[in-house]
Amino acid sequence: MPHFAKPAEGSWTEHHPELGTAPVSYEDSISPEYFERERSAIFARSWLNVGRIEQLPRLGSYFTREIEAARTSVIIVRAADGVRAFHNICRHRGNKLVWQDYPGEETAGTCRQFTCKYHGWRYALEGDLTFVQQEGEFFDLDKADYGLAPVRVDTWEGFIFVNLDTTDDTPLRDYLGELGKGLEGYPFGEMTQIYKYRAEVGSNWKLFIDAFTEFYHAPVLHARQAVSEESAKLQGYGYEALAYELDGPHGMVSSWGGMSPPKDLNMVKPIERVLHSGLFGPWEAPIDIELPPGVNPARAKQWGTDSFLFFPNFMILIWKPNWYLTYHYWPTAYNKHIFEGTLYFVPPRTARDRLAQELAAVTFKEYALQDGNTLEATQVMLESRAVTQFPLGDQEILLRQLHHTTHEWVDGYEKAH
Amino acid sequence: MTSLPAESVLPAEFADLEPYADWCLEFERERYAKRLSSSMDEMQAFYDAAFPRLEDAMAHIDRYDLHELPDDATHLLWLCYSLVNVSFPIEVWRQPFVPDSGAARMDVVVEPAV
Repeated sequence: MPHFAKPAEGSWTEHHPELGTAPVSYEDSISPEYFERERSAIFARSWLNVGRIEQLPRLGSYFTREIEAARTSVIIVRAADGVRAFHNICRHRGNKLVWQDYPGEETAGTCRQFTCKYHGWRYALEGDLTFVQQEGEFFDLDKADYGLAPVRVDTWEGFIFVNLDTTDDTPLRDYLGELGKGLEGYPFGEMTQIYKYRAEVGSNWKLFIDAFTEFYHAPVLHARQAVSEESAKLQGYGYEALAYELDGPHGMVSSWGGMSPPKDLNMVKPIERVLHSGLFGPWEAPIDIELPPGVNPARAKQWGTDSFLFFPNFMILIWKPNWYLTYHYWPTAYNKHIFEGTLYFVPPRTARDRLAQELAAVTFKEYALQDGNTLEATQVMLESRAVTQFPLGDQEILLRQLHHTTHEWVDGYEKAH
Repeated sequence: MTSLPAESVLPAEFADLEPYADWCLEFERERYAKRLSSSMDEMQAFYDAAFPRLEDAMAHIDRYDLHELPDDATHLLWLCYSLVNVSFPIEVWRQPFVPDSGAARMDVVVEPAV
């Protein structure tokens, strides 16, 4: 008997018949050849979140993003006419235009123009080529023909996205669909106290998304993080979501949980009792928020957190005590990716606020380290191909959707090209 | 030659925590590294001394504007950050590192100034 109502079909999965219920293969996560196909079919043609508008506070603020999965690097800059994005390449001889010390590392700063380190060619923030060293030595060179190669860029609720596809004209808001629309109005811009973590993970990018779009694993893998009686109780319950919503390539899971404050203080660790904080964040919400309709869609009292996956590699997690978290998964090989987890809080006013946030951030890292290492173990064993078909439960519907969507995009792109 | 006692880094009323002043570390990377290179006995001693003073420490720091702390209060706040970090080995793991995390690493690339 489920604790929370499921759709009339009897399960979340059967509510989406295109997903099927059969065991699945993870060949799409262990094949170097398949990753090459994903590069052009997915990463070179979808809207990718590259950061937040707060990273570009003034005219000339910029940052770079290495998008290895699409084999490029992008500059995102606040120009006089708004946010612009360009391929990070000098039009003269192809040098990477903006970098510091290590060409492969991302950088950020503020400048009045971009100057190539190699021969000093200069570009305005709007991309125009403005200066060529010894211009008279060139042949019929019209500077107007050699501006930086533009990349489509747009922002939604303060999140900056780029799209490397020059032929597609799907607006960002249309791409983000109903799930995106349902989040509009959430005060992301007020949560500017940031902790950002980065890890190189030895697994396919989809396998880590899989780990973070199901909570079936939580009572087991993270059992030791709760005090023992609490842990036994959680394993006894198992895990059931409040709701799942699937919308095109995107999906979300709405979850109960959280302790704000816990009914029984003995359930939590001593430091949590003093700091009033834990994995679900500080117990006391710092500001009042009227949640937009897309958050806690079941309007459940027990609601604790919602996780949204915007295909392909961007997740937003909204937590009941008014903070949020983003995940990015940047593939670098079929069996490797860079994971970024960023926590966003309302700036603290007191030491008590500050330490509550510190505990939430430290707890996040402890969990994520467990998750990341488990994934490396999964990758290695999947690659053995000793077993090739795996069952998925109803609480793992978003995994089914992610792999299904990936296949749809890869097959669809290849049919059209 | 007799070495002079090290200058105190914490507010006078937290003199009892001076022996643990080496946990006053500004950056997460330093705190995490110290945790991994410390023995459980060392961390237990630090935890046992600092945990009962956590409420007092917050009350002391909150006498000031969080963004205009005197140096000694800033050091006390850093020490509290370290206490948060060692709470996992002491309260949960019973070992310095996260179980089953093997060679996995996760680095802080952005953290708040205060």
